[in-house]
Amino acid sequence: MKFKSLSIFLIISSFFLSCILSIWKIMSTLQGLSFTNLNITPVFIIGILLSLVFVLIGNKLSHLVKIFSLSLIFSILYFYLNETSPYWYIFGVFLITLFFTNKLKKYSIQSLKEDFISEKIIFDFITLFGIVFFAFVILFPFYIMLVTSFKTQIALLVNPLDFSLDFTKSLSELFKSYFVIFETYNFGRYILISSAVSIGTVIVTLLFAIPAAYAVARLNFFGKNFLSTSILIIYMFPAIVLVIPLYTVFSQLGLRNSIFGLLIVYTATTLPVAIYMLQGYFKSIPKEIEDAGIMDGQNWFGIILKIIIPLSLPAIASVALYVFMIAWNEFLFSLMFLDSPKSFTLSRAIQYLSGDAETPRQYLMAGSVIVTVPVLLIFIYFEKYLVSGLTAGSVKE
Amino acid sequence: MSDSLSKLEKRTAYTLVLPAVLLVFAIVLFPIFANVWISFKDIELKDIRIPEPRAKKIVKSISEKQSELKIVYKLRNSSLIQEIRNVQFQDKFPKDISPINLDPRCNFQSKKVICNFGNWEAKYRENFEINIKHNNGEKIDKKIIKSQKPILSGKADNPLLTTNFTLENFKKVFYENNFVELLLTTFYFTFFGTVGAIIFGILAAQLVNQNIQGRTYMRGILLFPYVGPVVALAYTWTLLLDPNSGTLNALLVNFNIIETPINLLGQKYITMSILGFEFKLRLALTTVIFFEIWRYFPLAFLFILARLQAIPQTLYEAADVDGASPIQKFIHITLPQITAIISILFMIRFIWNFNKFEDIFLLTGGASGTRTLPINVYQQGFAVSDIGMGSAVSIVIVMLLLSFMVIYFRLIGKRANEV
Repeated sequence: MKFKSLSIFLIISSFFLSCILSIWKIMSTLQGLSFTNLNITPVFIIGILLSLVFVLIGNKLSHLVKIFSLSLIFSILYFYLNETSPYWYIFGVFLITLFFTNKLKKYSIQSLKEDFISEKIIFDFITLFGIVFFAFVILFPFYIMLVTSFKTQIALLVNPLDFSLDFTKSLSELFKSYFVIFETYNFGRYILISSAVSIGTVIVTLLFAIPAAYAVARLNFFGKNFLSTSILIIYMFPAIVLVIPLYTVFSQLGLRNSIFGLLIVYTATTLPVAIYMLQGYFKSIPKEIEDAGIMDGQNWFGIILKIIIPLSLPAIASVALYVFMIAWNEFLFSLMFLDSPKSFTLSRAIQYLSGDAETPRQYLMAGSVIVTVPVLLIFIYFEKYLVSGLTAGSVKE
Repeated sequence: MSDSLSKLEKRTAYTLVLPAVLLVFAIVLFPIFANVWISFKDIELKDIRIPEPRAKKIVKSISEKQSELKIVYKLRNSSLIQEIRNVQFQDKFPKDISPINLDPRCNFQSKKVICNFGNWEAKYRENFEINIKHNNGEKIDKKIIKSQKPILSGKADNPLLTTNFTLENFKKVFYENNFVELLLTTFYFTFFGTVGAIIFGILAAQLVNQNIQGRTYMRGILLFPYVGPVVALAYTWTLLLDPNSGTLNALLVNFNIIETPINLLGQKYITMSILGFEFKLRLALTTVIFFEIWRYFPLAFLFILARLQAIPQTLYEAADVDGASPIQKFIHITLPQITAIISILFMIRFIWNFNKFEDIFLLTGGASGTRTLPINVYQQGFAVSDIGMGSAVSIVIVMLLLSFMVIYFRLIGKRANEV
């Protein structure tokens, strides 16, 4: 029993260590180091030795001394077993091992005798592994997007793995792609259009949604139930089936290639979500507060303006941010409706740029960074509101 | 008294709701019905404009003195398929200028030439000339003449509103469009995209729900693919997966995991052999599904996490007392608590994946075996420019969606309100 849990512990922990070290090696390869072998087997074996020594030492040394000395020995072994590598790389290996041995703290010969210890070990390391895995898989494309925008086409063709940034270059040289897309490809204009459309959509959506949500939440009228169920059904309907009729009608009305046309469509498609999210919140406001307002002789307009809106600012903020992100990220309608570069949104402009096979990829990625950064910043800054909005609305991309 | 109050309440409610309802009706519901109409018509992209009479004005000198000028109007019917009836033409001239030998279809009065051209058939073209002279023999300013634009008008039918219908589009959808293959691809994409997103969502939620450092950061990072703009993310992936100089292939070749780069987005099939059995995997489609999972598992994650955090800790403590293993705890406590949200997520994601257009369009454009129904709408409507056919495919999508929704509301519709 003890032997079984010990071997599971050794294998799993060493497997985890090999995984992080491989990721570190891959990331270093992308900095221009020429590794050609992941060397998983030797790393795995010395990883097993490391874990074994760690458990055997137990409490004979203080934890800090133990992890420092073990990591040092491991890094030296690693250095001799692997291809030649610069010192910063080995220092990284040292830090990773330090982190790893620190995580091993709770295991000792005694703890390996506990109930279900094998399952617990597996769960622990799968958790650790999962976090590293998810973080890597998610952030890696964003990382590539960012660093590609600082490289040049030629450098990338010579060595597609070298993403190291040359900081000895001047700043204008480093940010060249950004200068080019602003000067030659007019991205300043597209940013303005995208912002105008998105902010406009937010304002118009709120203007329509707040009264409607109030009526659905508070007032009794014929067809109310029908309305609230049809809200749910409508946002199940896809944009792609709206495209052809809207395209034909907008062509005949001359609304294609116009920001106004885009604004109407975005508003209409986000309205159901906005109403659904807002009415849920309005329902939670105590009715007595409104009754006081009615006593004061306020009409519905006054009640909404002076009571409902001030009380539900957080909900309105989350709807606004949410609608902003939908409008900012929207692609399908901007692809269909806009074909003159004069009225492109950012997303459409990037797609247009990629249509030309000659466009260097760093320009494409610089454009992508520009369209991504605002949304991510808004998201990080207002995460709390957005997450509550997302789960409350349970909806729409 | 209360009667009039409730009447007031109703009137107020309608005033508040009506603007939103009308807008949604015009932009969302009306097109769905309009699709039905268009799908029964034989109509192409170039036909959707209402035919207009057009004229291009060219001013030429015919004498040295320039007291006489020749004006050529290049007239045409903008439509290639429809006639314009009763075309009227009108052009204004400055004072003291009059036309010479005016065309019999026209007459000149109070400085205006007005012509009645009758009916123009489709593709009609004519070079129509007017010679003008200055009454006092002075020089005529060409620029002034040129700057005056002629006004044309005529009656034409809106090609969308004619009442000749056909079943051709639906015949083509079902018999000439590889319909079975299309449907299978769509379901393959939808099903695996949905299941994958939910599985990864459960895993991620399970991870973040544990007591680890920096879990709020982790939750934020996990949502990045979902909040990022699809255009940027799709192009980054295309770059990553590019067979010639993409990072992924370069890495795999560099570490000798594969010998030659794999065109992950451009190759329809790849032959795999597992345990001696050879089978063909839809490579490009699988890659697209992975992108889809990557982008949408965060949503599943968010919902499942919210549910997990609502599970009372006492349940787990009781299980600890009973000596349950981590796996038993997951199967007997966690899973039953999240089945409701999973079934709802499954249906919602299934419907949205079924309609997914942007992701596939940006990654492969529907090539190498990734053509799904929504992609087909775009291809038929805008690449082949057969709008009628595109609408017919849209109708197929709407019909399938309606049947999913019926199933959804039958099975779990009641539970949707509980979560």
